[in-house]
Amino acid sequence: MPRLLTCLLAAVTAASAAWAQGAARPAPAESSSVDRQQYPSQYARHPYPLVAITNATIMTAAGAEIPHGTIVLRDGRIVAVGAGVPVPPDALQVDGTGKYVTPGIIDPHSHLGVYAAPATEAESDGNEMTNPVTAEVWAEHSFWPQDPQIPLAIAGGVTTILVLPGSANLIGGRTAILKLIPARTVQELKFPGARYGLKVACGENPKRIYGQRNQFPSTRMGNMAGYRMAFSAAEVYRRKWDAWNADRRGDPPERNLRLETLADVLRGRIYVHNHCYRADEMAQMLDLAREFGFRIRAFHHAVEAYKVADLLAQAGTAAVVWADWYGFKEEAMDGIQQNAALLQQAGARTSLHSDDPGGIQRLNQEAAKAMYAGQHAGIPVTRDQALRWITANPAWVLGIDSIAGTLEPGKMADVVLWSGDPFSVYTKAQRVYNDGWLVYDRDDAAHQPRSDFELNQVPTPGSDR
Amino acid sequence: MIAVLLMQTIALTGATVYPVSRPKIEHATVLIRDGRIAAIGTKVVIPAGATRIDATNMWITPGLLDGSGQLGLVEVDGVAATRDADVKDDTVAAAFNVAEGINPASRLIAITRIAGVTTTLAMPLTGLIRGQAVLIDLDGATLEAMLVKSPVAVVAELSEETKSAGGGSRAGAAARLRRVLDDARAYSLRKADWARGAMYPLAAPAADLAALGPVLRGELPLIIIANRRSDIATALRIAREYRLKLILSGVAEGWQMAADIARARVPVLVEPLDNIPSYDALGARYANAALLERAGVKVALLETNTHNSRNLRQQAGNAVAYGMGWDAALRAVTLSPAEMFGVAARYGSLDSGKVANVVVWSGDPFELSTRVEHVFIRGAEIPLRSRQTELLERYRTLPPKY
Repeated sequence: MPRLLTCLLAAVTAASAAWAQGAARPAPAESSSVDRQQYPSQYARHPYPLVAITNATIMTAAGAEIPHGTIVLRDGRIVAVGAGVPVPPDALQVDGTGKYVTPGIIDPHSHLGVYAAPATEAESDGNEMTNPVTAEVWAEHSFWPQDPQIPLAIAGGVTTILVLPGSANLIGGRTAILKLIPARTVQELKFPGARYGLKVACGENPKRIYGQRNQFPSTRMGNMAGYRMAFSAAEVYRRKWDAWNADRRGDPPERNLRLETLADVLRGRIYVHNHCYRADEMAQMLDLAREFGFRIRAFHHAVEAYKVADLLAQAGTAAVVWADWYGFKEEAMDGIQQNAALLQQAGARTSLHSDDPGGIQRLNQEAAKAMYAGQHAGIPVTRDQALRWITANPAWVLGIDSIAGTLEPGKMADVVLWSGDPFSVYTKAQRVYNDGWLVYDRDDAAHQPRSDFELNQVPTPGSDR
Repeated sequence: MIAVLLMQTIALTGATVYPVSRPKIEHATVLIRDGRIAAIGTKVVIPAGATRIDATNMWITPGLLDGSGQLGLVEVDGVAATRDADVKDDTVAAAFNVAEGINPASRLIAITRIAGVTTTLAMPLTGLIRGQAVLIDLDGATLEAMLVKSPVAVVAELSEETKSAGGGSRAGAAARLRRVLDDARAYSLRKADWARGAMYPLAAPAADLAALGPVLRGELPLIIIANRRSDIATALRIAREYRLKLILSGVAEGWQMAADIARARVPVLVEPLDNIPSYDALGARYANAALLERAGVKVALLETNTHNSRNLRQQAGNAVAYGMGWDAALRAVTLSPAEMFGVAARYGSLDSGKVANVVVWSGDPFELSTRVEHVFIRGAEIPLRSRQTELLERYRTLPPKY
């Protein structure tokens, strides 16, 4: 356990350092199999003048709301937040009177870019449905930066997403943490220094996909056996490489991309993002993780997480949930609107997600629905906690919480200015700053990015798209 | 027991009432008797023996009406055994009326009505002519007890989904729809010839052609689901040719031809939160409902996700955020769809004599912070319980209360 914690801390520090040095710096070696860099981030902060938003209600996701507050953004960082903060004379001043400021929204479960609009077979790149274990595929290699859904999500105040492979496979492949900005390549979007994740899926999807083909797995016990066989092989692989790396004598072991990723899960370098609906299956997966000595960072979808909120709190595994989705399949039958509130009450780390190109545009509304559902049922949830469900907590799920997710001095300047209370249905994101860059302004067409796909094809609608 | 509840007289007092048919009334009383609205206003005399419910500081509206979805026709999307909304092998299914597929015991019904949606369309899925939609109240042990109107409309679709019915071309699908309508007209005129076997081969079975008779006579609306501008134009063209009572549904690119739709006096069913570009609707945008309404088109708002029909009010709130007037949005989830579906004499507003589908809200029904305080369907107060509230109570504290 201490070894794992040290490892996690080291990774976070490395990520901070990479970012602090102005990005585009190579991340630490991502694999023990090769020394060469693999698909490094080419992210570079877009320069933008010093900004001060004044007289706004500032919701920091790190404590009480600040009425009539000022926030100052310089060179991609938050440099000051508070009620009595002086406005630097050279700052672009933005009047926040009557408006609200929050951290940029982080969606820890998105398929933007891998299931791009217009949803053709030609661009359906999210599930490598040819083998139940495809740890060797990486979502970023499917990601299309011209997905026209990206500008829509930006206009909803989203600044960072976790892109995952789909859930057809037991082990679907590597996830990618991306900044949500216009760019030509996915490398330009990769969150600098961020660590990889691994998509693992429980339940109906894998057993249905392969069972229908009369292939393994076709049952939930088959699912479990599938993960166990994969991680058993990864243990052997890890031992071979660790032994060779100790002295580097003789020929290195043969490289296997599938096992390389799984071995890095065992080493604690890659987070496990586990699609899992049913409470009893979450308990099974926690035991699987114990068997192989890794930790599950988060259960995603997790419609029954409220039934095992105590187990999740104890395991330190986050629950990433919807506000109110249920019933679209058997394992989703027991979804309730108080899921997030009950998780919060039990002390489990709680996050919302969209998993949907529509929902990602209004995660603030989803947080509001989940918060009010809890409050109306007598479960105490504060506004700050509910805001954390879409900011600080997903930042933790992604492992970037030391860098993003709250409005605190030193944090990345991912900031949204809202037209009013972000928990009102009538409120819209007015301005979105990503790493200090004004990436969206509802009042200025010059700051309303459009994907290549949209040009002369999707009508230019003006501000209210 | 239902009969006993219907006999009750209930007075909701002190509320801000939005009758929809006229301006809001402050500090008003709504009197419900025998399942109907008996009186409404500031000077209502409350009969002795009436159950009084203090609704001071609360808002009262008609129950919301969702003109889409498959409530009662689907329990679990992923479980075919629980789906009854379509006849897949039949792309011209005009005679298919969904009513007997409706399950009054569906768990979705309670989940939906306790969120203030009291009436929904139950709509067939899939096909060039999908079948007949019906309107149901979300209370009742039997189909008969739930039905508001059957059929409400025949439903057709002109889109990338249904062009296969025309051999893979939109033009083919439109031509096939015309052939079916032509043959339905011929059939209605020559039933005797048909019975003698003296007619040419018809484009659909007699039962389907017969079901289109009321549509051709303009007695029953034809709902056409169409999103691309060209598909909407085709629907308008066909409606003009056959003098149909058309309702457009979907209409994602309708904002680009709002004047044409207004001129044709065709009402529309629109889902506000629809802006993901597809080749069926590259121009989908949030402001669609507002732009159509501003052009003079009668608009009803939808939540097409059956399991979350309860989010109709969030849809309406977003329509307001993207330019629709608040009063127009309320009308678009109450009286306007009631008018489109031909039930406005009984539904859609709070007026004396109308069916008492009434919701008491803690505030603005579209606002996310607002909760439902009371729901009445046909004058009976609905307990605010569902399978989901029972799950909540079981797991409110852990370990669960088994």
